[in-house]
Amino acid sequence: MSLRNIGHRLYQGEVSFDFVGKRKIWYSLSGLIVAVAAIGLAMGLHLGIEFKGGSVYTVHKPDLTISQAKDIANKITNSTTPVVQKTDKGDIRIQVSAENSISSATFTKELSQDIGVQEKDINAQVIGPSWGDEISKKALLGLVIFMVLVTAYLAIAFEWRMALAALVALIHDLLITIGVYALVGFEVTPGTVIGFLTILGYSLYDTVVVFDTVKENTKGITKQSKRTYSEAANLGLNQTLVRSINTTVVALLPVSALLFIGGGILGAGTLNDISLALFIGLAAGAYSSICVATPLLAQLKEQQPEMKALAKKVALRRASDAKAAAEAAERGETPDGEDFEDEDLPTGMVGQRTQPVSRSRAKGRPSGKR
Amino acid sequence: MATPKSRPRDGYPGRALALILVVTVGLVALMFGTGYKKPRLGIDLAGGTSVTLTAKSDDPSAINKSNMDIAVGIIQKRVNGMGVSEAEVQTQGSSNIIVNIPDGGDSQASVEKVGETAKLYFRPVLALAPTGVTPSPNTAATPSGSAAPSGSASPKATGSAAPSTPATAASPSASASKAGRAVSGALMADPSSSASAPAGSAAPSAPASAAPSAPSAADMTAALTQGTVPADLQQQFASLDCSVPAQRQNYQKSNDPNAATVACSYDAESGVWYKFALGGVAVNGQDVAKAQAAYDTQNGTGWQVLLNFTDAGSKAFADTTGKLAAQPQPANQFAIVLDGKVVSHPYVQSAISGGSAQISGSFSQEDAKALANVLSFGALPLDFVQSDVTTVSPQLGGEQLQAGLVAGLIGMALVVVYSLIYYRGLGLVSIAGLVVSAILTYAIMSLLGAGIGFALNLPAVCGAIVAIGITADSFIVYFERIRDEVREGAPLKAAVQRAWPRARRTILVSDFVSFLCAAVLYLVSVGKVQGFAFTLGLTTLLDVVVIFLFTKPMITLLARTKFFASGHPWSGLDPKRLGARPPIRGGRRRSATAKEA
Repeated sequence: MSLRNIGHRLYQGEVSFDFVGKRKIWYSLSGLIVAVAAIGLAMGLHLGIEFKGGSVYTVHKPDLTISQAKDIANKITNSTTPVVQKTDKGDIRIQVSAENSISSATFTKELSQDIGVQEKDINAQVIGPSWGDEISKKALLGLVIFMVLVTAYLAIAFEWRMALAALVALIHDLLITIGVYALVGFEVTPGTVIGFLTILGYSLYDTVVVFDTVKENTKGITKQSKRTYSEAANLGLNQTLVRSINTTVVALLPVSALLFIGGGILGAGTLNDISLALFIGLAAGAYSSICVATPLLAQLKEQQPEMKALAKKVALRRASDAKAAAEAAERGETPDGEDFEDEDLPTGMVGQRTQPVSRSRAKGRPSGKR
Repeated sequence: MATPKSRPRDGYPGRALALILVVTVGLVALMFGTGYKKPRLGIDLAGGTSVTLTAKSDDPSAINKSNMDIAVGIIQKRVNGMGVSEAEVQTQGSSNIIVNIPDGGDSQASVEKVGETAKLYFRPVLALAPTGVTPSPNTAATPSGSAAPSGSASPKATGSAAPSTPATAASPSASASKAGRAVSGALMADPSSSASAPAGSAAPSAPASAAPSAPSAADMTAALTQGTVPADLQQQFASLDCSVPAQRQNYQKSNDPNAATVACSYDAESGVWYKFALGGVAVNGQDVAKAQAAYDTQNGTGWQVLLNFTDAGSKAFADTTGKLAAQPQPANQFAIVLDGKVVSHPYVQSAISGGSAQISGSFSQEDAKALANVLSFGALPLDFVQSDVTTVSPQLGGEQLQAGLVAGLIGMALVVVYSLIYYRGLGLVSIAGLVVSAILTYAIMSLLGAGIGFALNLPAVCGAIVAIGITADSFIVYFERIRDEVREGAPLKAAVQRAWPRARRTILVSDFVSFLCAAVLYLVSVGKVQGFAFTLGLTTLLDVVVIFLFTKPMITLLARTKFFASGHPWSGLDPKRLGARPPIRGGRRRSATAKEA
C-alpha cells in the first residue's frame, strides 16, 4: 500500500516534503489567513447572552412546549440564539441576548400575539451575564500565567527558541480560530470559549510532539557536516509527519462528525458552534506545528554562529560529495558510505525517483537561508 | 504467552495490566455500588433547580449594580466552590439574582445555603436566657442532674445555648478538656453545656423549682437570665421570645457594629431556644481567611467548622479572648453570630493566639460543609430572600445531546476504522486502549458528580470527544516509534522495548504541557473555565495512566505472540510492509541508529 510505503519513505528521508525550506510560502499563507482573521476580528465578535446579558421574558402558559416557544423566539429575533426553558410551574422563560437589539416592548408584543396571551402577562426583565467579567478576567490571568510558565518550561526542557516558536504557533492558531469565528458570524458562547481553550492545549501539545522529534534529530548536529540545522529539522518533521497526520485525522474525525453530522442534522446550535471552533483550531494546530513553528525555529537557529558555521561546513562538504557522487554515478556504483547523506542516495529501494530533486534542492540552498 | 516472571527484561506487563484491570473494575463496581451510574449533567443538558434571590436592604441605594455584581461573584463561588458544578449565577432585573444549579449531587444543600448573607461576627456574651420553655420532667430534675451531665457533656461541647455554671462536680473534667484544647489554640464550645444546662443555669440564679413552674417567657427571662443585660437592651431582651419563629430575626444593626444587640440560638439537644444579649463586634467575619469543615474525633463533638484568621483577625481574636477569659460566667463566653443567629457560644479560659478557632454546634456533615463554604467566600453585601425556587428544563433541547452522542459515536467508529486500516493488529490495541480510557473517564466523572458536584455540560462532552484525539495520539506516537525500530531491522520484541523510552519522553513532555495548562487554569480561574480545566487535567492524567498501564504492557505481551513477533501482514508490524532494511543492510542501519541516538 502506498500509504504504508510513504510512512517508510518519509522516515528514511527518501520522500521529503521541504517544509522548512519553503517557509516563505507557509509564512505568506499563514500571514494571509491571519490577516483575514484579523479583519474578521476587527468586525467584532458576536458575544452571546452569557457574556452580555439581555432580556428574559417569563410567561405562564403550561401547554406551550419548549420547541414551540423556541421556534417563536427564533422567529421574532430572527436568530437561533434565544435560550428557552420551562419550569415545573408551567412558566416559559425565554432569554434573548442584548446582541439581538430587539426592544423588549417589541418582543413582548410579538410574543403575546404569537402565543396568544396578554402582553401584561409577559414579564420582561433585564438579565445580567452568567459569564461575568470576573470569569473572563480570571481566565485571562490564568492564560497569561500559563503562557509564562509554559514558555519557561519549554525554554528549560528544550530551548528558548523552541519556546518562542511554539508560542508564535499558538497565537497563530488562536487568531485564526477566533478570526474565522468572527467571520462566520457565529455567536460566541461559553461553549466556544471552552473550544478555544481546548485548542490552546491541543496546539501546544502538537507542537511539543513535533519539537521533540526535531530536538532528537538535531542532537549533536554541530559534530557532523552532512546536514544543516534546517535540513535536520525538516527530516525530523518528515519522520514525524505520519504521526502528525494520523493524530490529526484521529482528532478531526470525531469533531467533523460533530460538525457535519451533528450540526448538519440540527442546523445551527451550540453543538455546531463548539465543533466549528474545534475543527478549525485542530486543523490550524496541526498545520502550524509543521509549517509555522518548525520553520520559524529553524530560522531562529540558523542565526546562531555555530549553526552558520555548520551551514558553511555542509556547503563545502556537499560540493566535494557532489563531485564524488557524480563520479561514482558514472561508474555505475553506489557509494555505500556510513553517513546520513548516503541514506538519501538511491539504494535500490522505492522512492529513488524523488531523491535527485531533494538533493539538488539541498545543494542549491545549503545554508537554509533563503 | 510467557509468564511475566520469566521475562524481566521487558518488565512485568502482567502486573500493570492487572493493576489497571483492578482499578477499572473497582471504579465501575463503585459506580454501580453507590448508584451513581451516570455523570451529572449540566444545566444546559439536563436542566436543574433555579433559585431566585431578591435583595432586601433598609437602604434602597445599597441595591445597586456594583453590590449586585459582588453578590453574584460570591454566590458563584458558593455554588461552585470546586469550579466543576457548572452552576450559573446572573442578575435579573435590578434586585434579583438567579442561580441555576444542575440536578444531582448536593444541589439541595446548595439551594438552601446559596442566599445566606453569611455575615459572621464574634461578639462577647453579656447575658442569656432560655425562652418559651415548657419545662419537662428532665429540667425539673436538674439540681441533682446538673453536675453529672455537665461532666459528661464536656466531649459534646455543642453550641447549645447553655448558660453554663461551673458546677463543682463538673469543673475538674471541664477544665481538663479545656486545657487540652487551649494547647491547640482553638476556641471550644462550652464543655459544660448539655441538655440539662438550662436547669443547671437555673440553679445559681433562681431556685430550681422556678424552672418547672415558670410558663411564660417573661417569667422565664426574669428567673433564668444569666449575666447583665445592658440598660438600653433590657426592654428588647425581656420582650424577645425566640421560640416564636417571627421573632428570630437579625437584630444586629449593620451600620453600627459596636452596638450591643440581641440574638437567638437554638439548642438542638434540649430543643430550647435561647436569647442572648451580646456586646459589640469583637472580630469580624471578614477576618476569616479560610474555613473548612472537619470531623472532630478527639472530643467526639462531631462536625465542626475550623476557622483561620487573617493577621488582623488573629490579633483581635487574641485580644478579645484574653479579656474575656478574665470575666465571670457567662461574660467569658463568645457568641459566634451568623446572620444574626448565635451558632455557637463557647467560653474562653485564656487568650487564644493561634489565629484559629472552631465553631461546633451539633452540625451535620452537610451543615458544617455548607457553613465552611459560605464563610470561606465571604459575606454578601446585601441580604437576600429566596423569592422563588423552581425546576427548569434544559437550556438546550435534548436533541443537542443526542446529536452530539450520535455524532460522537460515528466519529469513534471512523477512528476505529481508520486505526484498523492503518495499524491493523495494532489498531485493536489502540481501540482497546480507547475503550479502557472511555470506561475510566465515564466512571470517574459519574463518581465525581456525586463526590464534588462535577457536572458535564455540552462543551465538556465535546472536550471529551477531542480527548479521543489526544489519547489516540499517545498510541500513535508509540506505534510509530515501534515501526521506526522495526524499519531499522530490529526484531519486534527489541523494537517494542527500544521504542518505549523515546515514545515515553515525548508523551510525558506533551502531556505535561497539557496538564500545566489545566492546573494553572484550574487554580486561577473560576466558573466554567475552571470546569474545563478540571476536565482537561483529568483526561490528560488518564492518558498517561492508560499508556503506561495498558498500552505499553499490552504491546509487550503481544510482542511475545507469534502473530505479532513474526510480523504477520495483519499485525501492522510486517517488516516488509514497513519497508525494513533487509538484514544485509544491518551494518549500515546500526551506524545510522547510533548517530540518531
